[in-house]
Amino acid sequence: MSRILKHRLFWPLVILVALLALNLFFTDNFFKIQMKEGHLYGSLIDIVRFGAPLILVSLGMTLVIATSGIDLSVGSVVAIAGALACLRISGLSDQNSVGGVLGAVGLALVLSVVLGAWNGFLVAGIGIQPIIATLILMVAGRGLAQLITDGQITTVNSSPYKLIGGGYWLTLPFGIIIVAVVLALTAFLTRRLALGLLIESVGGNAEASRLAGISARGVLMTVYAFCGLCAGIAGLMISSNVSSADGNNAGLWIELDAILAVVIGGTPLSGGRFSLSGTVLGALIIQTLTTTIYSIGVPPETTLLFKALVVTIVCLIQSPAFRAKVFHRRRRPIAARPAAEEKVRVSA
Amino acid sequence: MAAPAPILRMSGIGKQFPGVKALDGVDFRLLPGEVHALMGENGAGKSTLIKVLTGVYDIDAGEIELEGRPVAFSSPLAAQQAGISTVYQEVNLCANLSVAENIFIGREPRRLGRIQWKAMRRRAAEILARLDLDLDVSAPLSSYSLAIQQMVAIARAVDIDAKVLILDEPTSSLDAGEVAQLFRVMRRLKEQGIAILFVSHFLDQIYEISDRMTVLRNGTLVGEYLTSELSQVELIGKMIGRELADLEKLEERPPAREGAPLVEAEQLGRTGAIQPFTLTIHEGEVVGLAGLLGSGRTEIARLLFGADHAGTGSLKIGGEQVNLRTPRSAVSRKLAFCSENRRAEGLIPDLTVRENLILALQAARGWTRPIPRRKQDELVEKYIAALNIRPANPDQLIKNLSGGNQQKVLLARWLILEPRLLILDEPTRGIDVGAKAEIQRLVAELSDGGMAVLFISAELEEVLRLSHKVGVLRDRRLVAELDNDERLTTDTLTETIASGARS
Ligand SMILES: Nc1ncnc2c1ncn2[C@@H]1O[C@H](COP(=O)(O)OP(=O)(O)OP(=O)(O)O)[C@@H](O)[C@H]1O
Ligand SMILES: [Mg+2]
Repeated sequence: MSRILKHRLFWPLVILVALLALNLFFTDNFFKIQMKEGHLYGSLIDIVRFGAPLILVSLGMTLVIATSGIDLSVGSVVAIAGALACLRISGLSDQNSVGGVLGAVGLALVLSVVLGAWNGFLVAGIGIQPIIATLILMVAGRGLAQLITDGQITTVNSSPYKLIGGGYWLTLPFGIIIVAVVLALTAFLTRRLALGLLIESVGGNAEASRLAGISARGVLMTVYAFCGLCAGIAGLMISSNVSSADGNNAGLWIELDAILAVVIGGTPLSGGRFSLSGTVLGALIIQTLTTTIYSIGVPPETTLLFKALVVTIVCLIQSPAFRAKVFHRRRRPIAARPAAEEKVRVSA
Repeated sequence: MAAPAPILRMSGIGKQFPGVKALDGVDFRLLPGEVHALMGENGAGKSTLIKVLTGVYDIDAGEIELEGRPVAFSSPLAAQQAGISTVYQEVNLCANLSVAENIFIGREPRRLGRIQWKAMRRRAAEILARLDLDLDVSAPLSSYSLAIQQMVAIARAVDIDAKVLILDEPTSSLDAGEVAQLFRVMRRLKEQGIAILFVSHFLDQIYEISDRMTVLRNGTLVGEYLTSELSQVELIGKMIGRELADLEKLEERPPAREGAPLVEAEQLGRTGAIQPFTLTIHEGEVVGLAGLLGSGRTEIARLLFGADHAGTGSLKIGGEQVNLRTPRSAVSRKLAFCSENRRAEGLIPDLTVRENLILALQAARGWTRPIPRRKQDELVEKYIAALNIRPANPDQLIKNLSGGNQQKVLLARWLILEPRLLILDEPTRGIDVGAKAEIQRLVAELSDGGMAVLFISAELEEVLRLSHKVGVLRDRRLVAELDNDERLTTDTLTETIASGARS
């Protein structure tokens, strides 16, 4: 029992279950999953489906944070990837040509990787603080996205493109499958191969890692490029879902949600140890919270406050120091009592 | 000697960490005006006893009395305010603050609430002068070497108006001159009636300064003794629980040996760090470096490993001209460097013992070729046994190991690589007598097997016992290169270090 209590993912899981349970009171058949026309439907499926872009961005963010960095530019990359893909597709003579769509998607992803690598170069090559280095692209990237779409909302009408964010495959929403593949790939690279160890080592003590023969620069470049890629895929998903690209609003503030998801998932902002499954849980918690806000009918003007309140509570429950203060007050040894009073006098 | 009433008394102290009973029913007392040595092997529980006393950890069992009144400190600050001033084993100052700020942190001289910077700097300089240190007190602490940082920590601690002064391995990276300086200060404080708790693995220092000692073994109390009544051999017996027969087995001087040149440095240098030097290390040769603190020993090591860029000169490894731009390229040529600064340049605190052990090997293989789990287990098990790392649990976080055991893990990290040249900068720092002999024997064995070793140590006996050749440094210059023959003794070596001339 205490083993379970101490598990890193215990508290995030409790919170997620509690949030889901809360929905039961407001939505009938909340947990029901149905098969309609060969597709799975249900609130739970929707949470994962709508949470898919956030999960992707958070996965990339997890690795960046593990190196004790941060990437504020993911929202801009989301917008740029969607904008570029839509621009290319709208220029196709046949918007439904699979080859043309694949080309557009590929190009958008390559650009996302390049943008990520640019962040990596600023951080590792030049030595700019990550928060500043990625702030550059965060601001400039929005401009770039608007430049690509010419300040307009570019709409497309392409069924292959629509598949990414809105389609189904093997009874599941295609986005869920993409997330599963990216998650599996990340887990493979970091846990099966040794990338995870090197990332955690660089995040834990960069100078010691360098002296141990790790190319910290290479690790950082890889991680930022990967984060760019994840944001790019998320951007395609978001724009595909609405069949349009909005350089202004696509992926707005997603970096904050992603950072939050990472932290709720148990990866410390100071770097070092990271947890991919924790991050997925964290992203799901945030998505569930969003869903809950709608389903219980929080008035729109207070949603942000409500969300902030829940997040604060989540973070407090997560904090071992807070739990110790609140729950374990009376578990101190009784013998220490008089001494503790003494202490007050001594330190006065 | 009629014992006065103890100023500090700890009785029945117990402390349990997950999986490790660090202290079990330990009694300890400290008399005013004495220097009391706390002795024990690596991981015996010395630092833990100090930490439960000063409020870093809660105690699980037992009582602490200060001047007859029961106390339980909630934080080191509370302990300090109650008159217990402590230098912890790992120097825990703020490297990015200035020297003066570090000395006065938390007790800055103020007037009307405003910090008086000028007075603070002046007083800091005075305090340091008492330890014979002449530093720029407004420079950040990080601009000074580890030894200086250690001295600053000591200066801070002795300045605090305290009844009890605790020094956990304060001398681990100091050389003879600074130790003498520290001892002078300690004797003065002792005369003022201050009780001093002192931890060190240097037995000579213990016998020079301490009046009384308490010996711990595996978290339990072995006993309390008067230093004058316990011989060194008896003490070692009490610490490790058996006779240490191995210590003297090592021959006085290593046998001479002919090997091909492995590393040839030609006028290699770096402005501000080390003047151009020429040094050849042959296969199977142990080259010792001797010199005072800041004389440039570590700087030579860092240049040979590519940790810093050389400004001048050339370097050949195995006859091939190389330009070491990063440690990575040095590692790929099978050079290894175990830094003296284990906290800043060695440990990855949040990783496990296993991960820290295999880190350099994994880095050398690259991330696409993970070390198979079975191979990891094999290597880790082998080196935990070979170096007697305790607790022998590969999945323990390295930050939870005792200082000496952390050092052993870092050493193992490089041994796993089976390097051609192993650069050891103070490898026996903080390591107990038994393990020290073990490591010395290991170095001798490895060099028999053809590995070259560059051995840096402030302990001249150790340098002489292991090295074929000793390079002497002074003021960032390699001033002499001496063959280790009958004429070379610690005395002649000390003289060369001091005068800078060949004797
Ligand atoms: N935070 C911790 N968590 C778990 N175990 C710990 C922790 N701190 C210390 N230990 C364990 O407690 C034991 C005593 O450690 P301690 O640091 O007191 O040894 P020490 O006598 O100071 O050794 P050294 O001479 O190497 O400094 C060791 O086995 C160590 O691994
Ligand atoms: Mg210790």
